[in-house]
Amino acid sequence: MASPEPVLAELYREILLDHYRSPRNRGTLDGRATHRSEGANPLCGDELVLELAVETGRVTEVAFLGRGCAISQASASMMTIYLRDRTAAEALEAVWCFQQLMLSGTALPEEFGDIEALAGVAKFPVRVKCASLAWKTLEQALSSDGVATVSTDEGS
Amino acid sequence: MARRTYDIEAIRRDFPILAREVNGHPLVYLDNAATSQRPVQVMAQITRFYRDSNANIHRGVHTLSQEATELYEGVREQVRAFINAPSAREVIFTRNTTESINFVAHAWGRKHLRAGDEVVLSEIEHHSNIVPWQLLRDERGIVLRFIPMLDDGTLDLVAARVLITERTRLLSVTQMSNALGTIVPVKELAALAHARGALVLVDGAQSVPHLPVDVQDLGIDLLAFSAHKMLGPTGVGVLWGRMAVLESMQPFLGGGDMILTVSLERSTWNDIPHRFEAGTPNIGGVVGFGAALNYLSRLGMAAVREHEIELVDYALRRLGDIPGVTLFGPPDARQRGGVVSFDLQDVHPHDLGQVLDGEGIAIRAGHHCAQPVMQRLGLTATARASFYLYNRASEVDALVRGVESATRFFEHARG
Repeated sequence: MASPEPVLAELYREILLDHYRSPRNRGTLDGRATHRSEGANPLCGDELVLELAVETGRVTEVAFLGRGCAISQASASMMTIYLRDRTAAEALEAVWCFQQLMLSGTALPEEFGDIEALAGVAKFPVRVKCASLAWKTLEQALSSDGVATVSTDEGS
Repeated sequence: MARRTYDIEAIRRDFPILAREVNGHPLVYLDNAATSQRPVQVMAQITRFYRDSNANIHRGVHTLSQEATELYEGVREQVRAFINAPSAREVIFTRNTTESINFVAHAWGRKHLRAGDEVVLSEIEHHSNIVPWQLLRDERGIVLRFIPMLDDGTLDLVAARVLITERTRLLSVTQMSNALGTIVPVKELAALAHARGALVLVDGAQSVPHLPVDVQDLGIDLLAFSAHKMLGPTGVGVLWGRMAVLESMQPFLGGGDMILTVSLERSTWNDIPHRFEAGTPNIGGVVGFGAALNYLSRLGMAAVREHEIELVDYALRRLGDIPGVTLFGPPDARQRGGVVSFDLQDVHPHDLGQVLDGEGIAIRAGHHCAQPVMQRLGLTATARASFYLYNRASEVDALVRGVESATRFFEHARG
């Protein structure tokens, strides 16, 4: 194949692949984290550790570590950019918006920026859990204290 | 490339699904370790059964019931011949390999194993040969030991000699790893286990469809496998056991067909194998499985094996030549079944699987229900191409082109 299938180009948008290759906010917060959560899709082998520093209700720092497919890692990278300076309530609202995008293709508000590039994933039901991993991990991190784990695999 | 051991194009005509297109490309089906495709002969046999002979078995005096019973019991004899078991009465139909292994854990394990008794498994087992024993461990306090995997995906047979002791009551191992393709020297391990007084259960889910398997030659006590990985329908599995071992088991499931007499206080058990087949089984599936066994016997399992060795040898060489590809498992095609597990640098197996699907190529990406193997390799997932008797060298070429295309696709993104 000289060029990727059009259908694949829709799934793997250029901006998504850029985040996969050069993930933003990759690392740890070295003990400054107020919230930490681990997520995994054991079935396909995606792993994610998300750390947040929340001060007076606002996300001041965010970092993630993980390994997995392009979709899961790019989604995490793009999410961390969005999270900076958001309130916890805004972050949880964003999780809901993202889930709507995956479930029904509902367009995201403009402030989501690059994250819109994940819209193509909704057409690949098997990959929705890859894209959702970071967001479910975020939801878990914000709705619990200390360490939490989440899995977006339905079975096995 | 391949010296043809049979007419592959004639065979492919028996599998109509192989002629379909996926995403605008001819289907290249390389997920046979998950499930095989079925030939028209199997589909026709199932249709014929429901059209002409359908009735419940072992019950009626009427003609259809007798026909159905004869067809069903005829397949029991076919299974016996296929694995060279001494008696068809030793063949028990289950739903699948997983049920067959759980069967042994319940019907044999719960009767005979006590706290401190040891069951030896290996690190390359499918989850279905790990979890039933963990459940039994938690219930009975038995001890599980694992024969380690070496870097090349083979088992550490030196360690096995130390692990299998007089405390070992059962050795339960796969004959072929579904994740790496490794063929395990079951005959040697069985001799070792028997010398220590342990029974031997073999997970034949991958080996029976791909290798000639002779239970008497292997010297094993129990064998579990599934019809759907060997051209048969889903929902049919086999547990073969030496009669003396089966006789020492308690019933697995209670209900109709497995009893001789029932009063409100107690029941007496029917003869083996019926004792272990409670309720109406998958009669149509078993009858269809008979056509699958016929098909494999006509080709000959030795010919199937030779064909797959050639394909895997070719695939190992072609994939191994691609920069960034890491192959797992034994390097010699003769030491492995029709499975090639690999990693592509900078491309996650799930993404590779997606790109290949776009080109009509079906592979498996993930942990293959063998997470301990993945942990041992320091991975969370691999890409796995698995072959069967109808695959051909041109499909290996398609896979190689697909892998190269995926590399370019993700490299392009980098630049």
